[in-house]
Amino acid sequence: MNFGQFGQQFVNGLSLGSIYALVAIGLAMIFGILRLINFAHGEVLMLGAFATYFYARSGLPFLVVAVLAVLTTVVIGLVMERVAYRPTRGAPDVALLLTSLGVSIALQNAAVLAFSAQPRKFPTPRLIEQQVDLGAGVQISGTNLVTVGVALALMAGLTLFVTRTQLGVSMRATAENVTAAQLMGINITTVIVAAFVIGSVMAGVAGILWGARVGRIEPLMGFIPVLKAFVATVIGGFGSIPGAVLGAYILGFGEIFLVAWLPDALTSYRDAFVFTALILVLLVRPQGILGSTEPEKI
Amino acid sequence: MSSGLVAETTADSLVPNGEPILRAARVGRAFRGLQALADYELDLRQGEILGVIGPNGAGKSTLFNVITGFLRPTSGRITFHGREIVGLPPDKIAALGIARTFQNIRLFAGMSVLDNVRAAQGMRGGAGFWETIISAPSFLRKERAMEERAMDHLAALGLADLHGAAATSLPYGFQRKLEIARALATEPTVLLLDEPAAGMNAQETADLTQLIRDLHARFGLTVVVVEHDMSLIMRLCQRIQVLNYGRVIASGTPAEIRADPRVIEAYLGTDETVNDGLQTQDAGRQVPGESL
Repeated sequence: MNFGQFGQQFVNGLSLGSIYALVAIGLAMIFGILRLINFAHGEVLMLGAFATYFYARSGLPFLVVAVLAVLTTVVIGLVMERVAYRPTRGAPDVALLLTSLGVSIALQNAAVLAFSAQPRKFPTPRLIEQQVDLGAGVQISGTNLVTVGVALALMAGLTLFVTRTQLGVSMRATAENVTAAQLMGINITTVIVAAFVIGSVMAGVAGILWGARVGRIEPLMGFIPVLKAFVATVIGGFGSIPGAVLGAYILGFGEIFLVAWLPDALTSYRDAFVFTALILVLLVRPQGILGSTEPEKI
Repeated sequence: MSSGLVAETTADSLVPNGEPILRAARVGRAFRGLQALADYELDLRQGEILGVIGPNGAGKSTLFNVITGFLRPTSGRITFHGREIVGLPPDKIAALGIARTFQNIRLFAGMSVLDNVRAAQGMRGGAGFWETIISAPSFLRKERAMEERAMDHLAALGLADLHGAAATSLPYGFQRKLEIARALATEPTVLLLDEPAAGMNAQETADLTQLIRDLHARFGLTVVVVEHDMSLIMRLCQRIQVLNYGRVIASGTPAEIRADPRVIEAYLGTDETVNDGLQTQDAGRQVPGESL
């Protein structure tokens, strides 16, 4: 592999990791507060991509279309929280998990009914489909560049939000200790709603970026990204947002460089390598890289 | 108000005469047949410092859990400024002005000292949800004001210099003070302190006693303190309730409590209860009259 190829693969891994990170943040945030693994998060991503597809037919500028699509995913996230997760709040973990699987399957099949299972071409703007020459033989796609830029901007925004704002601090406090947070006057419902809004924004953006990356969209497209994001959060330490981001980039780079270095005959096993990595992490460090092992004090 | 003035007044000379603000009537809480609290009565007057003592398992922590809405009483009524608070969620009760600390420290472990206090400021006075999301111009100004207020509360407990430290890296005594700072940040009128002197030596306890007295005066608080340390209770409180097996067995001024035979019996046990083996577990227990 020469320098040009390495540079290209590096940006590619960064880009894939960025999308995983956006999805993983939403998963980790909601898990941190509700102890809920929200598998329906992938369907928020899928619906973001479909919203973009349908809004783009209106001929509006792509940026406007994207903003409208993200607003749509926020509404979907809010409805999901209100209808499925608020009534089950405080239920045993298994009930929560089954609820999220149920919501996921229901949304997938509703999408198949509404949009048909036929894949559709994603309306990526021509401007960002072009190759950008960075010199030294490094040619990268505009899509990758936009993906990395948008993801980093969103993560910087999120960092400012959770460290600098009252609501952000309340969210972290709730993730640390729900009981103490409530007794300190924090309204848990507000915090949960905020987590769903932020998670849905990230998932909606990830849906658009994933559509642009893969080029086509279909109702079951949310499954793989959410599964990878789940692996990323486990690797990084479940519930830890920095851990989720770290795990996502490890996964993104790992996948891309595995494909680049492996003989062609083995590249179709890339997902097998990902899940092998997951098993190894669980064996060696079950709490994840940034997860804490501190036992809960009683 | 100067702290010197407050320090000079002895506890016994301050007869509580404010309006009753927190009232409990026949409050009970049972856990599957175990009556942790029974027929509990309270008339907490504005500005007083009430001590609640009793052997381990007497129902003191249950009392705090029931008042703060963390546990629902199985019987009885609790009113705060005339308003029924039984059944309200804990965050609503906190917002009405009742704050607490915990016997086993429950700080927000992964967060800094300052952020622990900021978290307790709730959403009150801060920017609202949509204001935050769209970063309205008013938002930065409000956030800055909130941060200054948090620093004031840290300064009141002498923790201002440590604002950037990780909460759980603080020495034990400072973690207890941070819990008090965090409770103050909810801007309570009633402060419930659950064994604030646990694990402290005599000197630290004496300092804490003075600190609570200062905070009581400075923030115009009404305080309920649960504590095993009799030196703190006797010096701080104008009125004391003694709980045993979930019931109030005695109530009065420190002098009255010290002389009450029922209290001494509850702490040392009669021959009968000692033989039961129920009362002999608590080795570090102090008899109310012993330390003063």
